[in-house]
Amino acid sequence: MKEFEFTDCVEIRELTGRRADDEAGLLELIEEAPDDAIYYHTHSYFLRHFYISGPYPNDFANWAAIQVRDKVLGEKLSAITPSPQNSIDDIRNALVEVIDKHLSTIKTVPAIAYGQPFHLMISKIIEVPTHLRASNLQEFCDQLKIVDASAVYNHIFEARFRVKKGRSDFAIWFEEVLGRKDLADQVEQIDAYMFSLEGLRSKILSLCDKSL
Amino acid sequence: MDHLIWESYRTIAPAGTVDLGYRLADMLKDKSLLHVNSTRWGGGVAEMLHRIVPLLQNLGINTRWDVIEGTPAFYQVTKSFHNALQGNQQDISEEMYNAYLKVNRFNGRKMDLNADMVVIHDPQPAPLIYKRKKGSVWLWRCHIDASRPQRKVWNFLRDFVSDYDGAIFSLPDFAQKLTIPQHLIYPSIDPLSDKNRDLSEEEINRVLEKYQIPRNKPIICQVSRFDRFKDPLGVIQAYQMVKKYNDCCLVLAGGGAADDPEGAQVLAEVKAAAGNDPDVIILDLPPDSNVEINAFQRASTVILQKSLKEGFGLTVAEAMWKAKPVIGGFVGGITVQIVYGQTGYTVNSVEGAAYRIRYLLNNPEAARRIGENAREYTRRNFLVTRHIIDYLSLMVCYLKKR
Repeated sequence: MKEFEFTDCVEIRELTGRRADDEAGLLELIEEAPDDAIYYHTHSYFLRHFYISGPYPNDFANWAAIQVRDKVLGEKLSAITPSPQNSIDDIRNALVEVIDKHLSTIKTVPAIAYGQPFHLMISKIIEVPTHLRASNLQEFCDQLKIVDASAVYNHIFEARFRVKKGRSDFAIWFEEVLGRKDLADQVEQIDAYMFSLEGLRSKILSLCDKSL
Repeated sequence: MDHLIWESYRTIAPAGTVDLGYRLADMLKDKSLLHVNSTRWGGGVAEMLHRIVPLLQNLGINTRWDVIEGTPAFYQVTKSFHNALQGNQQDISEEMYNAYLKVNRFNGRKMDLNADMVVIHDPQPAPLIYKRKKGSVWLWRCHIDASRPQRKVWNFLRDFVSDYDGAIFSLPDFAQKLTIPQHLIYPSIDPLSDKNRDLSEEEINRVLEKYQIPRNKPIICQVSRFDRFKDPLGVIQAYQMVKKYNDCCLVLAGGGAADDPEGAQVLAEVKAAAGNDPDVIILDLPPDSNVEINAFQRASTVILQKSLKEGFGLTVAEAMWKAKPVIGGFVGGITVQIVYGQTGYTVNSVEGAAYRIRYLLNNPEAARRIGENAREYTRRNFLVTRHIIDYLSLMVCYLKKR
């Protein structure tokens, strides 16, 4: 039986030197940004806020709400929740559509008066093997309890979007190796953007516990 | 150099971090790292290298730290560079540029710059890049707030920086238009240093007694140089607004006034603004007052860093690590450290600061919750353990692909 290998990850953040001072500038940045930047600003957030969820689940929404102080756009951007089936371009298009529509309804383009500009960034992820393996569901739970939270990020979000598997590594292993499609589906149905990584870990453990 | 042990951080760093450090170091067994800066003692960069270098060595990374030798004229030029990169108008002559290059050529000839990765800190040794050997990776680490540099000086420096494999900045706002990758690494504090280690009640009481700080009322404290950008006068105004409703005392602990004419002037203005209020304690401390600052922060109910302009502001991380609610100015790195309402409050005015002080003094449960969040946030993001992981990750990223 193929064992599940837990892999932590570390993130190296890279600055592009590109920035926006108003919402029209943000729109332009998003339209031209590389895929890695869109992914970074909608997902790497998890790695930076392990314990404390920010007001919204992506950097674009937080910037609009906090730095520009445009809570309307912040709320609208916060509602963009990628599904595992979405590509990065789907996420980009959704962001562009929301900002474009918002700007078309107002006369003055909201800008930072006292806030900080939006800095476009990208990241590289380096995988770091933990040498922790599981060959059944009980071992999986035992190891999941102790791995670094970055492993949760790596096996869910990196697997789905950057590595483009479309599903989390957990779900793939549950279904293809353990033959537990029911558990795989339950894990994929978790609304991952509503949790911190620690919250996600607990949620998955709880689903596994019920299946044992 | 201090002998520091990575394992000592196991119960302090987030779970898994120490082991992650071992595993990353394992991937770099045969690699060497060299740090170069301009001074062994004094200043934030040297202070940080005194912690980072021994920890990397303890992790088994072949790490060295070397310092360039300069002439008084050289340090005069680099001080002007520093000011110019921070946006202050400076006149730098051709002769000064030549003195800068001459010192770097001298150091380039005599230093052993062989390492798999070389990290050059700040502008002083930047031209040493001409000594890079094929196969080694050179990174330029900029600790300065270079968000609005004087263009002529930056253009001169950019010619050297562009030859590096990458640059590292402390905040996104400091990034430049460069053709090389620019990385973001936040500065850090060491939880085991004198400024941040746990103190016993006796140690805290001894310091407070020495400086005659009352213990029978809440302490509001700001630790910072007597500098207009730290807004000490705004802090006194906020305290005076609070004092109408809540009995408390204010500690303004700073330094630098002795050897800085502007600092002395600001200190005089602060004393005048405080008047005869016995509950305002103004302290001009020597640079090695680490335990004293630690004690002031630990004894405080609320900590302020009401800066009007700020680079990163590590005093905020220091206070957050001590589980204190911090009220900071909405500027620079403070906005990265304080998540509004969760790990502290950022404010934009004296009135905003006063309101939040009153709120925290009267809601101890909220202050406790924010303080605990702040400590956890700092544990994850601003401790030296994270800084070490960042350096190891960069080494893996650059050296493993070669």
